[in-house]
Amino acid sequence: MLKALHCVIRRDLLLAFRRRADVLTTLFFFVIVATLFPLGVGPDPVLLRAMAPGILWVAALLASMLALGRLFALDYADGTLEQMLLSAEPLSVIVIGKVIAHWLVSGFPLILVAPLLGVQFDLPGRSIMVLVASLLIGTPILSLIGAIGAALTLGVRGGGVLVSLLVLPLYVPVLIFGAGAVGAEMSGLGGDAHLLLLGGLLACALALTPWVTAVALRIALE
Amino acid sequence: MSIASYTQSRKSALSASVWFKYASPQLFFPLAGKLIPVFAVISAVLCIIGAYIGFFVAPTDQQQGDAYRIIFLHVPAAWMSMVIYLAMAFWAGIGLVMNTRLSSMMATALAPTGAMFTVLALWTGALWGKPTWGAWWVWDARLTSELILLFLYIGFMALQASIDDLRRADKAGAVLALVGVINVPVIYFSVQWWNTLHQGSSISLRNAPSMAITMLVGMLVMALGFWAYSIAVALLRVRCIVLERERHSDWIKQYVVSMEK
Repeated sequence: MLKALHCVIRRDLLLAFRRRADVLTTLFFFVIVATLFPLGVGPDPVLLRAMAPGILWVAALLASMLALGRLFALDYADGTLEQMLLSAEPLSVIVIGKVIAHWLVSGFPLILVAPLLGVQFDLPGRSIMVLVASLLIGTPILSLIGAIGAALTLGVRGGGVLVSLLVLPLYVPVLIFGAGAVGAEMSGLGGDAHLLLLGGLLACALALTPWVTAVALRIALE
Repeated sequence: MSIASYTQSRKSALSASVWFKYASPQLFFPLAGKLIPVFAVISAVLCIIGAYIGFFVAPTDQQQGDAYRIIFLHVPAAWMSMVIYLAMAFWAGIGLVMNTRLSSMMATALAPTGAMFTVLALWTGALWGKPTWGAWWVWDARLTSELILLFLYIGFMALQASIDDLRRADKAGAVLALVGVINVPVIYFSVQWWNTLHQGSSISLRNAPSMAITMLVGMLVMALGFWAYSIAVALLRVRCIVLERERHSDWIKQYVVSMEK
């Protein structure tokens, strides 16, 4: 089982690295969206500092969601996904492998760039650390929940917008606690409670969402 | 009398297996047709009584004046939005697990009514919030989670509308509805778990209600009226869905012919 997991992750990472442009566009989308907000609301540093957690989290959320199209669609198009459904390995394990690879390629780069954007918004140092921690715990949850949406809408017309409509309501708790952690840190309360709740959400998502995604994949491919 | 019919006649109406035959669209269709007028009349009567109690019998509130009377729309609508979501998720789940077509059709039929009640709850809530809180909208836990419920309903309807293969649409919608069920307890318990501007529960199973009895009665009567309305409308809609989906079967062709006479 672990060998299958390793194989799936390795394959997906290899495929992603062959199309580095896809990966980098997600990252630059994050940067551009986060840059648009100061241009829209004006340069007042106090205002930007207050809005930064929300803006950065929403931008990370949208970037993560845009990348969902790559999770299953390419394998579905060339028939590999069908072979994965037929394999002797549990489908949940294959799903976890794909989600891990997807996160490494679309979620993790966001975390690396986030401190830079935090500086752009004049966030204090401790808040940037909490921001990175919240993104580190939160973006895997986004990938896991997004996998459900991606599996449900495989091959369906309506494309990325439909996935957004399905998945954004489910993203809301992650957004609230993620941005809330940084906000709490900035107001002096400390982001611990929010980060712990995020950790709980991650544990829940890790346990349950692969199975739901596997069910959704079987529905989509029958 | 044959053994089969003897065994059948020994089953009382309390035995579930007697009712399972209504899982067939062909047998459920006329049953629904008979039930719709019954529930429609019940709903009309209860809503009129409830509105009368709400506007003429219930006393003016000490703090909020007469603005509170929107409670007779707001609370029943909010209750129905949650109950219908649970019913929708239940029938969608039954359809997913037991592969029955009619259960999924029922879930599809319930969704628009549930969405309507959610919009009504949010709208009447805003109308109530402006005179009492001073704001049309606040981002507290209960309002936000009710808004998320609206998005879940819309997502369910959008997903089912965008998948051409009807059985796949049923099952995909079922997965989505079941994943979203977690939101309903969040809405219900949000006023206990968070410091919110929204009023806490005035009605509890264990304690006496903290509101005047006439107000409570009016609210409950309206809630039952809305419930009967939801049943009537959902049955009407599911009949339409059955007609659309099963239109190639013989019994529908005969039904159409008999309707034309």
